[in-house]
This record gives sequence, C-alpha cells and structure tokens, in this order.
Amino acid sequence: MMVNGRRKARLVLQNGLVFEGVHFGAAGTRFGEVVFNTGMTGYQEILTDPSYYGQIVTMTYPLIGNYGVNVDDVESRHPHVRGFAVRTFCEWPSHHKLVDQLESYLVQHDIVGIAGIDTRELTKAIRTVGAMPGVITTEDLPVESLLARMDEALVPDAVKRVTTQTVYRAPGAGHRVVLIDYGMKAGILRALLERGCDVIVVPATSTAEDVLRWKPHGVMLSNGPGNPEDAPYAVEALRGLIGKVPIFGICLGHQLIALACGAKTRKLKFGHRGANHPVKDLRTGRVDITSQNHGYVVDADSLQGTPLELTHINLNDGTVEGLVHRHEPVFCVQYHPESRPGPSDARYLFDEFIDLMTRVREGRFAHA
Amino acid sequence: MPKRTDIRKIMVIGSGPIVIGQAAEFDYAGTQACQALKEEGYEVVLVNSNPATIMTDEHMADRVYIEPITLDFVTQIIRKERPDGLLATLGGQTGLNMAVQLAEAGVLEAEGVELLGTPLEAIEKAEDREKFRQLMQEIGQPVPRSAIVRNQAEADAFAEEVGFPIIIRPAYTLGGTGGGIASNWREYHEIVERGLTLSPIHQVLVEQSIAGFKEIEYEVMRDADGTAIVVCNMENMDPVGVHTGDSIVVAPSQTLSDEEYQMLRDASLQIIHALGIQGGCNVQLALDPHSSRYYVIEVNPRVSRSSALASKATGYPIARIATKIAVGYRLAELKNPVTQDSYAAFEPALDYIVTKIPRWPFDKFRSANRSLGTQMKATGEVMAIGRTFGESLLKAVRSLEIGAYSLWTKQSDKWSNVELEKKIRVADDDRLFAIAEALRRGVTVEQIHDWSKIDRWFLWHLEALVDLEQRIAAVANPRLPIEQVLDEHRELIHEAKRNGFPDRELARLLKADAMAIRAWRKRRGIVPVYKMVDTCAGEFAASTPYYYSTYEREDEVETSARKKMVVLGSGPIRIGQGIEFDYCTVHAVWALQREGYEAVVINNNPETVSTDFSTSDRLYFEPLDVEDVLNVIDREQPEGVIVQFGGQTAINLAGPLADAGVRIFGTSRESIDAAEDREKFDALLTELGIQRPEGRTVTTVEGAVEAAESLGYPVLVRPSYVLGGRAMQIITNTNELLQYMEEAVEVSQQHPVLVDRYVNGIEAEVDAISDGETVIIPGIMEHIERAGVHSGDSIAVYPPQNLSEDVKRIIEDHTIRIAQSLQVKGLMNVQFIVHDGEVEVIEVNPRSSRTVPFLSKVTGVPMVQLAMHAVCGGKLADLGYQSGRVPESPAVAVKVPVFSFAKLHQVDISLGPEMKSTGEVMGRDLVYEKALYKGLLASGIAIPAHGTVLATIADKDKPEAYPLLREFARLGYRLAATEGTAKYLRERGLEVRVVNKLAQGTPNLADDIRQGKIQLVINTLTKGLKPERDGFRIRRTAVEHGVPCLTSLDTVRSVLDIMKLIHFQTMALGDPVPGEAGGEGE
Repeated sequence: MMVNGRRKARLVLQNGLVFEGVHFGAAGTRFGEVVFNTGMTGYQEILTDPSYYGQIVTMTYPLIGNYGVNVDDVESRHPHVRGFAVRTFCEWPSHHKLVDQLESYLVQHDIVGIAGIDTRELTKAIRTVGAMPGVITTEDLPVESLLARMDEALVPDAVKRVTTQTVYRAPGAGHRVVLIDYGMKAGILRALLERGCDVIVVPATSTAEDVLRWKPHGVMLSNGPGNPEDAPYAVEALRGLIGKVPIFGICLGHQLIALACGAKTRKLKFGHRGANHPVKDLRTGRVDITSQNHGYVVDADSLQGTPLELTHINLNDGTVEGLVHRHEPVFCVQYHPESRPGPSDARYLFDEFIDLMTRVREGRFAHA
Repeated sequence: MPKRTDIRKIMVIGSGPIVIGQAAEFDYAGTQACQALKEEGYEVVLVNSNPATIMTDEHMADRVYIEPITLDFVTQIIRKERPDGLLATLGGQTGLNMAVQLAEAGVLEAEGVELLGTPLEAIEKAEDREKFRQLMQEIGQPVPRSAIVRNQAEADAFAEEVGFPIIIRPAYTLGGTGGGIASNWREYHEIVERGLTLSPIHQVLVEQSIAGFKEIEYEVMRDADGTAIVVCNMENMDPVGVHTGDSIVVAPSQTLSDEEYQMLRDASLQIIHALGIQGGCNVQLALDPHSSRYYVIEVNPRVSRSSALASKATGYPIARIATKIAVGYRLAELKNPVTQDSYAAFEPALDYIVTKIPRWPFDKFRSANRSLGTQMKATGEVMAIGRTFGESLLKAVRSLEIGAYSLWTKQSDKWSNVELEKKIRVADDDRLFAIAEALRRGVTVEQIHDWSKIDRWFLWHLEALVDLEQRIAAVANPRLPIEQVLDEHRELIHEAKRNGFPDRELARLLKADAMAIRAWRKRRGIVPVYKMVDTCAGEFAASTPYYYSTYEREDEVETSARKKMVVLGSGPIRIGQGIEFDYCTVHAVWALQREGYEAVVINNNPETVSTDFSTSDRLYFEPLDVEDVLNVIDREQPEGVIVQFGGQTAINLAGPLADAGVRIFGTSRESIDAAEDREKFDALLTELGIQRPEGRTVTTVEGAVEAAESLGYPVLVRPSYVLGGRAMQIITNTNELLQYMEEAVEVSQQHPVLVDRYVNGIEAEVDAISDGETVIIPGIMEHIERAGVHSGDSIAVYPPQNLSEDVKRIIEDHTIRIAQSLQVKGLMNVQFIVHDGEVEVIEVNPRSSRTVPFLSKVTGVPMVQLAMHAVCGGKLADLGYQSGRVPESPAVAVKVPVFSFAKLHQVDISLGPEMKSTGEVMGRDLVYEKALYKGLLASGIAIPAHGTVLATIADKDKPEAYPLLREFARLGYRLAATEGTAKYLRERGLEVRVVNKLAQGTPNLADDIRQGKIQLVINTLTKGLKPERDGFRIRRTAVEHGVPCLTSLDTVRSVLDIMKLIHFQTMALGDPVPGEAGGEGE
C-alpha cells in the first residue's frame, strides 16, 4: 500500500492499539519496548545513545530531522534504537554541519521508521498504560500474528550487547580513570577528557581486579540499557571496588551502585526521557534542569539501612536522582550530567568527581 | 523560601497607553500580577493611565488609580497609599523607567518602599549599553565589537581586526544620517569619510555587523536562590536586521541542533545569573548560520511582548510566576498551574509548532514607509498552533484578517519580478507572500536565500506549500462534480488539510465552492481534532482547557453537559480595533459564567487577557475565520455564538455563521444589517423621524460628483462597510473628489461609496444597553475636536460640558427609540452631531464599542454584564433598571487618544476622519480642566510652562486662531510664525517673530524645532488631499523631536484652558480680564 508515494507502515502496541502511517527509513518488522522522549532537539544523539538499545522511540516533538545528521552529534558508533516513530520527518533539512538526511541515515543503519502518526496519542497511551512492547512494520502482516510475537521485544543481557569488547585507552595527563562501559555515551568520555583525565575504557564484564590492575585514581560508571538486575556481574565488581577507589556513577551506573550497597531498584511506569527534568539538590535547595533517559529507578524506601544517603530527588515525582556514600568517596546520579542532548546544568558534577579524586590522592578525603 | 510576610501592601505600575512596541501584552502581564498578589493575600495598589485594560478594573486590585504614570502623580499616590513594596517589572519599559525615576528621585528610600523582584542594579546593568557590554566582557559572553573612531587610520585599524561587514554611524546626527553598512574597503572608506564630515563632533561609531545571522530569543526565569529555567526559545524567520516585533517568529527554534540550542541556553542562563535577575527576562542572541559563533544582542530584564508570546506558546504563565518570585517564592516551591501536579521549576516541552506574525498598520497609513528594520512598526500580532509548519503558518496568515487565506494574495499576480526581488531583499509586510510568489514563478530557494538570508529550512517548507498548491490546482476539473474530484484525490486533500490549507484556498485552487468542500469533508470524516496545550508534551496528565485544531486522530477536548456559549474574540490589535475589545471579550466571558453558562472563547491574539487559558472555561487558539469557527462550533455544540463583543472581526462573522445555521445570540443578524446597510438604515431613521446628515450611495465616479454637487460641498466620502474610518475624507471641491475616487477607493456595483453632507458641529457619542424594551444609557460623551476628526482620535469628555439639557434629552430619546426599533439585545453605540441645537445621527454600531471600558469605569455601570443579561434573554427591568440616562457622575473624566507617530516615518500626524491613534489614556478629576490636564499629561503631551509657540495657520483658520494665540501671549508665551500668519497676527497687535519657511533656506522653522527653540507647534491643514510638503515636514519634525504639535484648534483651545488653570494670572490694573477671548475675531 502506498500513500502519496510512500509505503504504508504500522505501529502496533501490545495492548492492541494500532497506528497507521507511512514508512521512512529501512523497511521490515522490528519489535521493541515503545518509549517516548520529550526533547525538542537532539534526535541524532538519542538514536545513538546505547541506553535505547532494543527500544522503539517516539519523539513527542512533531518535526524531526530539521537539521539533518552530522558527524559530531553521535553518542556511539551507530544508532541503537530498534525503531523510530515521528509525526513528521524533515525532507528538507538545513544546517551548516549537515552531512546526510535523517531518512538515509536510518536506511544506512537499518532502522525502521514510521511517520505521519498521531504521536501525541501514542505518548498518552504509553503514559496511561505504561511503556510496553510494540512493533513497527512495513509488511502486510495481520495484527494478531504481530501481537503473538511481542516476546521479540525483550532484550536479555542488553548491557553485554552494547558494551565495548576490548579495552582501550584515551590518554591524558590528569587523573587516571577507569570508565566501565555499560553502554556508554561518548559524552561521558568527552567530559573526562576535557578535564585532562587519562581514561581507560573497559567492558561491562570487568571484575574489580580487572579494574584495579590499572591503579586508577577513580572509576567512572557509565549509563547503559535495561534492568540493572540483569547485570549481577557488574554489581559483584562494584562490591569489590567501593571503598578502594573514588567512584562516580551515572544512570545505570548509579543503579548498580545502589544494588551493590544493598538498595533495590524498580521499574517506572513509563520512565523519564527528555531534556527538561527538574532535579533538586536536597543540600542546597537549588534545582537543575537535567537530561534523562531511564526506565528503572532506585527505590527510595530501600535506602534505609544502606550506607547511601539521598542527595537529589526528581522534583516532579520525588524519585531518587542522586546518592552519596556515607563513608566512602562514592557518589552517583540518575540523570545525565554529560547531557547531549539536553541542558548542561549538571556538568559541574564531573568537576566534583575530579575534585574528589584529587582530595583522595592528597589524603584530604574525610571519611564521615 | 515561602512568601514574604514582612510586606503587606504592594504597588503595581502598569504600562500606560497602547503604543507601537508596548501593547496588550502588558495588560495580560499586569492582570496576572494583580491576581497572583491578591491570591497570596497582599493588598494591591495599581497605577495605570489606560482605562481600556482589564488590569484597571475596579476588582483587579484593592485600589485602582487610573492616573498619569509620571513622577509627580505616582509619588503622590505612594505618599497617600504607603505601600511596602513596588512591582515595576510587569509594566513594560514605562513601568521600569518609572521605578528608576522613583529610585533616582529618592522617593522609594524616603517613603520606605522596597523595589520587589529584579534589583535596580540589575535593571541598570541590563539597560545601560556600556555597563551591559562591560558585564558581557567580564563573563566572556560575546557582543558585537564596536569602537568610536576619529579618523580614517583608527577606522582602518578596527576594520582589520573585525572584518566586514561593518556598520558605520556618525555621532550626533539624527536618525543615523550619513551612516551605512560597508562590506568592503572601498565602501568603508567612503562611508567613514562622509560620516566624519557629517558628524558635528567628527566622530563615527563603527560596529561589527551581524545582519543576516539567525535571531534567537530565550525567555528565562530565575529566583533568588539562583534556580534558573528557560521557558521557551524562539527563532525569528527574518534574520537579524528586522526588529523581533516585526519578524515572523516560530517556537521552538526549528533550525538549531541540540548543541546550538544548549550553547545559547547556557549563555542566556549565565547572563541572568550575572545580572542577578529575580523574575522573568528576555535574552536575544544572534547565531552565525555558517558556524556556531554567536553574539548577545540585548537583554530585557522584565516581562515583555516575547514573554507573553512564550506564555501562550507554552502554557507557562511567566508573569504570574515572576510575580510570585518577586514576593519571595522559589521556583521549586511553586506548582505548575497547568498540570497542578508538577512544579514551576521545569522547562516546558512543546509537541506542536507555534508561529507568530506581526500585524502592521500599513492598511491605514498608506504613505508610510513599509520597509522593516530596527524600528518596530507592528501594532499587534497573531499566533497560531499546528502540528506541521504549514498548519501553524497558514493558520497565522488567515488570523491576520488582511484578506489573505494562504500564501497567495490578490496582489501576488500583479507584482513584477523586479518588485518581488525588492520585497524579498528589503523586508516589508508582504515579504512572506512575495517569497511564495517568487517560488511560484520558478525562482530557486538558493536565489531567495541569497536575497533574504532567510534560512533555507523555512524557504524549502514554503516551496513545499507552493508545490502542494500547484498539485491541487492541477487536478481542478470544473466539468466534474466537485465531490467526484475530491473523492478521486482524497489523499491529496487530506495532505492539504494537514498542511493548514483552508477550504477557501482549496475552493480557489479547484474552482469550487468552499462550503461544498466543507460538506464533502464532513461526510468523509476529514475533520480536525483538538489537542491540548499542556506544557509537557503529554508526559503528565493535565486538564488545561487550552486547545488548538489539527488533522490527526485523537481528540482531547473534554466537554461537559452544561449549557455553553461561544464568544468570538477580536483578533490582533490594529488601529481601529484595539485592546478595548479584549476588555469586552473578557467581561463577556465573566458575565456568561454569571448567567450560568460555560464560556468558550475563540481568539488568536497572544498578547491578551482573553487568551489566558484561565479566563474562560475553554480556550480555542484558532483563526477567526468562518471555517475555523464552524469547526469549533461543530465540536462544542453550543447554544449559540456571541459576536457583539469582538469588534468588527466578530460582527463580520455573524452573517456567514447564521447562513451555516448557527444561532447568533443578542442583536439579530437582520438588525445588524439594518444598522450597517446604508439604505436600510436611512429608511429606519426616516420612519423614526430622526435626522441624519443627508447622503447618497454611489457606484460610479459620475454618480459621486453629482451627489456632491446636489448635497453641496464640503462632503464626507468613504467606502461602505468601514472600520475605523478607513479611507474616509472630507472633500471640498470637485477636483479633490475626482482625485479621491481615483486613488483612494475602488468604486463599483459591489463596492459602493458613500457621499454625505459634512456638518461642522460638536460630536457626541452614546453607548447604550438594551434588551429591546429597556434601554439604559450609562452616559453621554462629548468630543472636543469637531466633527471630521475620527471619534477614536478625539478627546472625549464625560459628562458633556457643552450640551444643553434639551440636547441631552434628544440624544436620550433617539437612542432609546433606535435601540427599541432595532430590537437591540446587548450593546449599541450611537454617534451624534450637534449643530445649532439640532441633533443628527451619524452612525449606529449594534455592538460594543471602543468607549465601553472607559464609560464602564467612569460611570460604575457594569455595561458588559448587563448587556450579557439581555443577550441571554434576561430583562433589564428585572435587575431594577429603567430606560433612560443614568444620573451623571460628579467627577469629570476625559479619554485622550495616544498616537505612535514617532515610530512611523512618513506618516502625517494631522487628525482627520481616518483613525490614527493606537491607544488611549484617561484623566479624571473634579473639574474638567484638571481632568484634561491629567489626560494630556498621561498621553505624553508635555505642556510647556513657558517658551515659544510656533504657529503656521491656514488662511481659513486664521480668524479663529487669533484669539487663541493672543491668549498664549497674555500667558507669557512668545510667538513665532511664518510670514503670512505673522503678518495677520501683527496687524492685530501681537508681537511675533517671523521664521523662514522650509523653502526659504536655513535657518528655517525646522531648524528652530530641532534646536529646541520651539516648545509648542500649532499647525492647521490647508485644505487639500496632497499632503503639502511644508506642513507635513513641520509636523514630522515636531514629532521626531518630541515637541507637542496640535493640528486642531479645538485641541488648542483645551490646552489653553489647562494653561490658564496651571498659571496664576498676573494682570496689571486696567488690563482686560483674560478668558473672555472666545468668539471675538478682531
């Protein structure tokens, strides 16, 4: 079926809701958890953020692709989303950095897209029902058969699929930092390098010994996809690192620290994905607007009895956004201080990490 | 930190009259501020000179002062009220300047008044060009480089450092005479040399040019703890070089990558932190389209037109939140009023695109220079919301009410290729349409980009819309039934609707009838759904009753089973249809709610209170075009529609809506027609035995000449169906008439022209409320300027000062009988002319008029509320009212028009039948002269206490002018005049200095004005249509140098009355007693 010269496509949710639109990007059938992102810019960073591995992302902003794609706005080597759903994709992008159009970029990376659908209705469906499995297809398959295959949306062991397979080093003259890649956004590495760090990126499966062998001044835990409970190996490694070296965790890294300290995580109904989430620092009262992308969250009640102290909360729903270890040089946040896309209000956290490593090296870290 | 409890009483300063650059947005901001303060339990004292606003309603504040916003008056009010705090960042530049003056004069300190919100120091740093540049340099934010150079060598050094293009401005030459932009060395040397010569101090300011850069704005908020957020960013389609108020603007930005968006966001936040803003702030930036370089253009440390737009574009009420910050709250403590669940400390996410288009007054000022630049010229603006760029843009276009319903206008085909290029290169009000026409003629996007520097993103989207237009035109087939054509191209039609094409445009392209297309669409289910503006792109549940239409799947409107009514708003602010009608719309909503209805508003003006989503039960931000209104009616199924409060915009929709089967509440469509149709109206007056100036309706030039000769000159000529006296002229002879018929109007069978006998008398005006039986007349207003000056441009006085009780009784009688006979249900405005005790009716408007807010406030009669009672079928008698005049108030109030002439070059400031004012102020006191003094002062006319009066008087006016000028001389003013006037006055014994006319070489009277030797200009028009060059230039020179210029002797007489009041009279024994001057000629 063709509409105005384009092939028809459908997006089907597990609850049976069907959206008919036109196809853009690669053709085919892709299953994934359907989530929405409320950012108005930054689609290329979102596509290439490994935390979206296995997911179908819909953008709430209706015009996507306005400035095309370029070589700078990538958070990893290639897109990780399974599918991309938009109201309108831009056929006439304009930007001085532009190297390609969004559509050909998706074709090149075999990402199936759907356009022309009521993305606000889709967003509200996800908000009401919760993030759920779904499928985008350009094929003429009956809805029942698609619904029967919703298991294909599950992505076991997502972290292992997106982490680096090899250890590599980005040299610098400053603190030596081992960066554990659970599905790292390039922005985290960039933030460390900008601060002069000597960075060794290691796979998610690295043990505490693997990490400590580098004699790091600090360990940085990256973001990553999926449920933190699916990565017990990473929790195990962290148990061996806490207390031995300063640690800063972001997103999945933050959740893994919580698990390693005995707290629990739970799934949010539809997660936080966007560039406008207010986070309140409980110590100063100040609010930062942060970039977020997570479906799981640390359970605030489970912090009781752990050595972790709540430092930041989400102003909207009160969920845990930041923790600090009461005795050890360990802190972490649920949001993305490296931003990309999103506001850079929280970039200072990297400076605090540098400062923490300096204090520990100089023996100035005061154990509480 | 919660709200402060150490303050109890807060003064709010409004922005005064509507002028270009400062319009209804400050009524919206001020109203929100008052509401927010009262909500917190503070006692609110409001000062604003503008009676046409909602914010000056009696219940908006605890104490409302409609008084001049001048140091003296505000100081007096402060001393009387003794407020603890002052909130001045919500009243535009006027409010801010007043706060600075009060602080500098030591009043705030002496009276113990604390300036709330953004501190004075921050305001000064943001407003003072040099201090601001210095601050930007300190915090490393780039500003365009500039230098003052005294010779060619210094100029060369600057150019070598900065590169071209460079803007050159000679120091101390007015209006930048001799300046320019240089893009190479040759041009640079030429302009610098010329500039150094022209500058009286031989200095030239050279500045790096950023014309052609993208212009981006950020609306930011910050609290005292330093939490700061961006409410919205906006991108100007017109690059740097066109004032943002004159630019087409979209929100959010469309062509910025996230990296650029965040870079400019970081810059904006860094700036407001450095300034220490506490409240709202607007940051304007320029972004190089070829790199990621940017420059800071300017900062407004207050709410602004852009913040009103951002509030409506996002749903985030900036003024309300800024007010709460000013009284101590932190952003994280305030709930987001839209979701009621999340907090004010967050950044709105839009899931639609917003387009703003300015509304320019060039339809009124045909002689004005229409090119757009750094001086704003628009009087108002429209906003539209859509899910595609086309939908958003085309909705905005048809909201303008300029006769364009798409990217095609009636002029499009007529423009030559050369004209098109010029319109695109030098932006004017037609640029959008010129670009579309150029694309239609095959001009490439690259070429247009090269001419205009508009980002290709916009141009490509315009090209796609033109392409869609052509694809539709290609399937037109008038031989087939339209339904068949539409069925065969259903997808194409759907695509067109999704891109904002109205049925009218489809009808034009398919050569079919728009209503037939509409009927087909409804049968095929191609109808819009309504989506909510919720600040959060659907992420959180919201119940904001704020909607826009789009062609998608899910409709979100939650209607109730209660009975409801649709109120049509008045669209963009323009000359002739100003903020008064928004006042009426808002009151109509409140009155409906009081009558037990749900009130649904349709409007498209982002500046107003009526489009605050908390005003009505449901707000539809939509064009006021038949199709869009009918769509809302289809969705809402109201009992009916109310058209009488939305000015001519809403009245014009009554017919088409009634044709479509919609019930119009209030005065019937037939009655509206009977009042507006010349022949029916004449018949009615004849039947009632009421006189009116004799007139004819003509459809040919010959007919006009014949009519004028039989009526006798002078005659008043105008096209039928006019708004604000557009194209109306007083004509004194056949030659003028022929010229008028040729140049000013299009006369034909379809476009008749009215020729009336001109009566030279006193104009009076009445607004009445009628239920068809009882007719309440809250008051009669008398106009100071005689008939011939548009009522909107006249000074109006309540109660009348020169009308006898007999005349008042006749006016009362006529009003009652007209209202009863037309079966008026609601408001009616009648204009009278009084001449030798005879009362004649000039016109009847069966709707609310621009004087309703003024009259409501000075008489205390809740006019709109009563009118709505009648509209809804209630009886005024049941409320205890009876027909007739309400007893006059002991206080005298005057309404004084305010003009924006300083902003509009090449516009003649002389008053005539065509309306020119943009706003109004009110002066009220116990005696007429004091009220008038306040009114004139509030309107910005500084009445000089001494100095020189320059008189250039037309021969016909000399006898009348003489006693007035003699009076000036008696009060101690010096007189200066051109030869003829001087001779006339000297012959009558006055001492007069002769000044050269312009043609007589320098120094002439224009030089005198420029050099500050003249304090008041009195200039009357010689009869004739061609603006005679001398008079025109004298008036313009006066305006541009801030010297009051009076063109009506009636106004002069009033000014003299005031001067006599404010001067003590010094007389030698035996002198004639002054003030007995009136009437005598010799």
